[in-house]
Amino acid sequence: MSAAIEFREVSFTLPQGRQLLARISLTVDEGTTTVVLGRSGSGKTTLLRTVNRMVDATCGTVLVGGEDVRRANLIRLRRRIGYVIQETGLFPHMTAERDVGLLLEAEGRPKEERLRRSHELLAAVGLDPGQFARRYPHQLSGGQRQRVGLARALAADPAVLLMDEPFGALDPLTRAEMQDMLRSLLQRLRMTVLLVTHDLDEALLLGDRIVLLEEGRVAAHLEPDAFLMSQEPAVTEYVRAFHRGEHKAAEERR
Amino acid sequence: MSGFLEQYGGEIGILTLEHLWLTGAAMLWATAIAVPTGVWLTRRPRWAKPVIGVANVLQTIPSLAMFGFLLPLPWLGERAARVAIVALTAYALLPILRNTYAGIQGIDRSLIEVARALGLTGAQRFFKVELPLAASFILAGLRTATVTCVGIATIAAAVGAGGLGELIFRGVASIDNRLVLAGAIPAALLALGVDGALGLLERWFRVPTVQAAP
Repeated sequence: MSAAIEFREVSFTLPQGRQLLARISLTVDEGTTTVVLGRSGSGKTTLLRTVNRMVDATCGTVLVGGEDVRRANLIRLRRRIGYVIQETGLFPHMTAERDVGLLLEAEGRPKEERLRRSHELLAAVGLDPGQFARRYPHQLSGGQRQRVGLARALAADPAVLLMDEPFGALDPLTRAEMQDMLRSLLQRLRMTVLLVTHDLDEALLLGDRIVLLEEGRVAAHLEPDAFLMSQEPAVTEYVRAFHRGEHKAAEERR
Repeated sequence: MSGFLEQYGGEIGILTLEHLWLTGAAMLWATAIAVPTGVWLTRRPRWAKPVIGVANVLQTIPSLAMFGFLLPLPWLGERAARVAIVALTAYALLPILRNTYAGIQGIDRSLIEVARALGLTGAQRFFKVELPLAASFILAGLRTATVTCVGIATIAAAVGAGGLGELIFRGVASIDNRLVLAGAIPAALLALGVDGALGLLERWFRVPTVQAAP
């Protein structure tokens, strides 16, 4: 398996001197999903954003498909990387079909092709185009908006999909639905995904590999079952913190 | 009354057209100057304060004084309409400039981020995202500017630029209230009409906001 994304000694320091990423080396294999876990401020979003150069690493190299992102044409690089963020990512003045086809519009493709593609993608993320294609974001629920955002990220057949807390703003039931949808979609498309979350369940469910970031360093990089078994203090602490509610309820039952 | 209209109806019509021409020409100039400048300021926010400050100062010059200042200038002073259009343009700058700047600055940053991350070029980002999202705001500035200018244009008659102010000035000089009203009423109707029409346009471009996830 070849590396779709490779981080080589990537560091990122804010102008004020605070280091958000410290010499991170990491490989994301083609067709796999790597989930980056970590608490707020651990640098996980920054790491994700070095891939499509929404931030530039201060040191080190990020490679996408073997090419140094800094050498790549910025517009072309971003067009072959899908990007999904939590909430507010949809343009309020665009219908779902236009938003999904926006990249094709930017590339000057004919309208029929754009509409065909965006309807196809809306259907792929579980939205009936007949019902939803002409809707504006304010006419959609949070989960539906997130589906449209995902469809848009897939529009240009990207080699890599970056997802930054994509389901963070959703209620647990909608989130579970979205996770299931994403899982089956990813299995079908065999895409390379880098997903940032602080939700351990999400990481276990979606990830082929889980990376735990702690203060800008890789504290663990494991497969889901190994992650749960790990005796690494940072990992056990994170897992324990996540299940506190369950533990408390279990203790009260005893 | 009917005799009055018979006598002045034609003139009122011509002066109304003149009034529209003065205001319209000034609005075109002001839009052509203030919208690009406002957009440029969003790229160079450091300049926003001084530039908007200058427009602000222009706005505070009393209109009669402004016409007076411009009149002795070469080329400009040769034709009263030129003076009027330049003065009205100066008054229209501030609302358009301020609203263009604020309208674009006020766009949710995450939307701009997404547009960048999608790989839209600078021009595409501007025309497909920023401009449509700021359009109703810019139009609101245009509306304020136009209504103000329709009013100020009546003063232009003082330097002989024509427009409905001419009837008002003549009415005041000859103590004939009917003449004053013959200038004032069409001017007021013009202002209301422009306000209504641009208001509709503004609403047309208004973008509904998304509520927080339910």
